[in-house]
Parts: sequence; C-alpha cells; structure tokens
Amino acid sequence: MSTIKVTATQPSATQPSATQPSATQRLPAASAWQACHLVLTRDLRLAFRRSSQIVQPLAFFAVVATLFPLALSPELTRLRLLAHSALWISALLASLLALEQLFRDDQLDGTLEQFVLSGQSLTMLLLAKTIAHWLLTGLPLALMAPLVSIAFGVPAQAMPGILSALLLGTLALSLIGAIGAGLTLGVKRGGVLLSLLTLPLAVPVLIFGARATELAIRAESAAAPLYLLAAIAVLALTLAPLAAAAAVRVSIE
Amino acid sequence: MNWTWFHRLGSPPHIYRLAGGLLPWFAWPATLVISAGLYAGLVLAPPDYQQGDGFRIIYVHAPSAWLSLMIYTLMASAAAIGLIWRIKVAHAAAAAAAPIGAWFTAVALITGMLWGKPMWGTYWEWDPRLTAELLLLFLYLGYMGLRSAIEDLQRADRSSAVLAIVGVVNVPIIRYSVEWWNSLHQAPSVMKLGRASMPASMLTPLLMMLLGFTLLFGVLMLLRLRAEILRRERSASWLRDVLAQSIRQ
Repeated sequence: MSTIKVTATQPSATQPSATQPSATQRLPAASAWQACHLVLTRDLRLAFRRSSQIVQPLAFFAVVATLFPLALSPELTRLRLLAHSALWISALLASLLALEQLFRDDQLDGTLEQFVLSGQSLTMLLLAKTIAHWLLTGLPLALMAPLVSIAFGVPAQAMPGILSALLLGTLALSLIGAIGAGLTLGVKRGGVLLSLLTLPLAVPVLIFGARATELAIRAESAAAPLYLLAAIAVLALTLAPLAAAAAVRVSIE
Repeated sequence: MNWTWFHRLGSPPHIYRLAGGLLPWFAWPATLVISAGLYAGLVLAPPDYQQGDGFRIIYVHAPSAWLSLMIYTLMASAAAIGLIWRIKVAHAAAAAAAPIGAWFTAVALITGMLWGKPMWGTYWEWDPRLTAELLLLFLYLGYMGLRSAIEDLQRADRSSAVLAIVGVVNVPIIRYSVEWWNSLHQAPSVMKLGRASMPASMLTPLLMMLLGFTLLFGVLMLLRLRAEILRRERSASWLRDVLAQSIRQ
C-alpha cells in the first residue's frame, strides 16, 4: 500500500501547506477508484494463492444440498417441489460460512487498521473487499446452482431464472453479511453470533430469492420477485458498506 | 435561553436521580390505568359475537405487540444518539431497553399463540404478523447476544448501536416482505379482527391497556436504567455519596 499517510485525515487548515516543503515530497494520493482497484486485485490474488478458501464453501453448498434428498425422499417428483428451498437454504448457509473469513485475516495481520488510517474512504475500500468476496464465493455458488438443481430434477428452461435469482441474492447476502462480519470482528464464538445477527436481516433476500426460483422451476414468470430482489441488492449496495465501515471502525478502535 | 437542563441529561448522576424521582409518577398511574383497563376489559366489555370471551386476550396481546415495536425504535434512537454524540447515558438506556423489548415481544408471541389455539385451531399459524414478530424477537436476541459477547463496554455499546440502526432500517423491509410472502402462498384463512368495526365498549379498555402498558414500560425502563447506571458507574465517587446519603436516611 503506497498510499498510507496519516496526516491526510487531519484538516490542513491549521498549517498552510504551501509553506511546508514536505508536502511536495509526499507520495501522490491514490484516487478512490485506484484504491478500490488495488484492494480488489489484492484480494483476488490472495484468494487464488490459497484456493481452498474458494473451494470449501462450494463443497459445503454441495454437501448440504445432498442432505435434502437423503432426509426427504429420492423421488425426483417430490424433490422438484422443494428444490427452491433446498437451493436457497444451502446457498444461505454456504455464504454465511464464507462470511467469517471476509475480514478476519486482514484484521489479524493489521491490514484493516491500515485501511482505517489510510485516509481513503473506508466505505469504498470495504465495498471493494465485499465485491471481491462475492466474486470469490457468491458468483461460484450461483454458477454451481444450475448443476445442483439438475440433481433435483429441475427442467433446463428454469436455469436462467435460477441463475439470476442466485446472482442477485448472493450479492445482497455478501453485502448484508459484511455488516455482521464487521461487528463480530475479534469476538469470541463469533461464528454463531454472526449467524444470529445476519440470518434475520437476510430474510427478505431468502423470501424473494426462493419465490423467484420456485416460479422459474414452474416455468412461470419470475419477473416480480426478481425485481424486488434487485431492489434489495441495490439498497444493500448503497447502504450496507456505510454500516460495515462504521462497524469495522468501532471494532478496530 | 438556558440550556443547562438539556446538557445535564448527559450526566449519569443527574439521570440516576431524575429516574428515581420520576419513578412514582409512572408507577402509580400505571397501576391505576392497568387495573381500570383490566376491569373494563375483562368484566364490563361485552363478549364478542363470534369469539365469545376468547377475544379478551387482546387486552394483553395488542399492547405487548405495540410495545415490542415501539421499544425497538426507542432503543435504536437511543443507540444512535449515543453513537453520534457519544453520550454514555444514551447507551445505558439502549442497553436497559433491549431485554424489556424482548420480553414484550415474547409476551406478544405467547399470547398470540394462546389466542390462536381456540380461534384458528392451532397454536402456530404462519401468519405474517406472527412471523414478523418472531423475527423481531430474533433481532432483539442478536442485539443482546452481540452486547454480551464483547467484553469492552465502550465497544459493546458502539457495535450494538450500529446493529440497532441497521435493524431499524430492516424492520419495515422484513415486515413487508413477510406479508408479501404469505399473501402469495395462501389466501388468509385467518379471521381478521375488524379494526373499525370495534364498538366503543371494547375499544376503550384496549386504549386504556395501551396507555397502561406504556406506563408500565416506563416504570421498568426507569428501574433498569438506574440499575444499568449503577453497574456502569460502580467505581465513580458520586455514587459513594449517593449511597451514603440513602443509607443515612
């Protein structure tokens, strides 16, 4: 991170910067977009070097989805009726499991602290981190969902609907979950608490996502719940990073 | 204009004394209004033509449900005040309000279930209101869980404040999405109480109980706030003076 300068957070009104020769010697500050880009590429690069981080939530998703036929019945006609709930509950649990890692490593090695001190907008940096997290967990989950739904006897024409519902839903889940992850940073037994905090907030996503998937499987128009899901995703995109930044700032202090 | 009375609201000793002084002003009216409301509701009000005497549980159920939402809003407002202006007493108020709100939510749920058994024939119906109330209880539990999981008091205050504010934004979204969810699954087989068609002899006791329960919340809140301030300020010197004074009396 070449952009760290603590003085940037203090107003320069007390010391006129024109008379300060050191001001010209400072490294030029990166713009917000550059900083976000750096964070995004850094997170993606780190994750690809430790690929188990990407594979494990996917494996968990597949395992939970496998439990449904085992607990219910192997008949495809019955499974098809419950495919949307199996998909969504597995996806919700898998993304919750992945959320724990969102900020933890960066908190342990002090990167988050540097984010707070960097003078860049913490909201934007955390948004970039959350987007990276979604690209690494939510996007693969959504791409894997059609595969899993084939095993539930879902017809092929439902796939676009399922895919778009899961793409929007996992994005909203990552953003909402970032708030909980920020709040439970460094808390003992944080995993259970994170689920307790995040699941009630994720209820609207679950309702509309499962509804859209159900309609898509029945070959009916899933537009209405998809629009609502998109609305929730946009709302989460605008508001959740602000709350996540506030949460991280409190937790780091 | 003199603003010292306002600034003093941020000081724990002042609030401690103020809460103690206000307590009888809430406790007596609460006792009177609730007893009168109960008498009017359980004895004077006529039985419902469909539900008979079973409807009378509304006199506990509706006030609890109303308080469960009002306390959450109050708690989040107090938490926001504490977070923005860093007022310790506001955080103490939010911490004191959460368990009361959770209990009123639980009472609303339990009375709703008891009411459901004779009316709907089942203790639990996935009625949107009941479901939203259950989710509200989970929000309260999450808030209290986060508070108790963090050892550092300041961090616990501020983290839970962020959560309370996030929850307040979410409560309406959850409520409407739950209603939407249920209306799609089935036509409401649930009998609805006609709000406007309620006669005055039934409505007046309900309004009295609403007022009485709100006053009761005031009493509980003042008691818990005093206890919370005692717990937080246990090493402060003003507390020693106050305690010494109360022992001498």
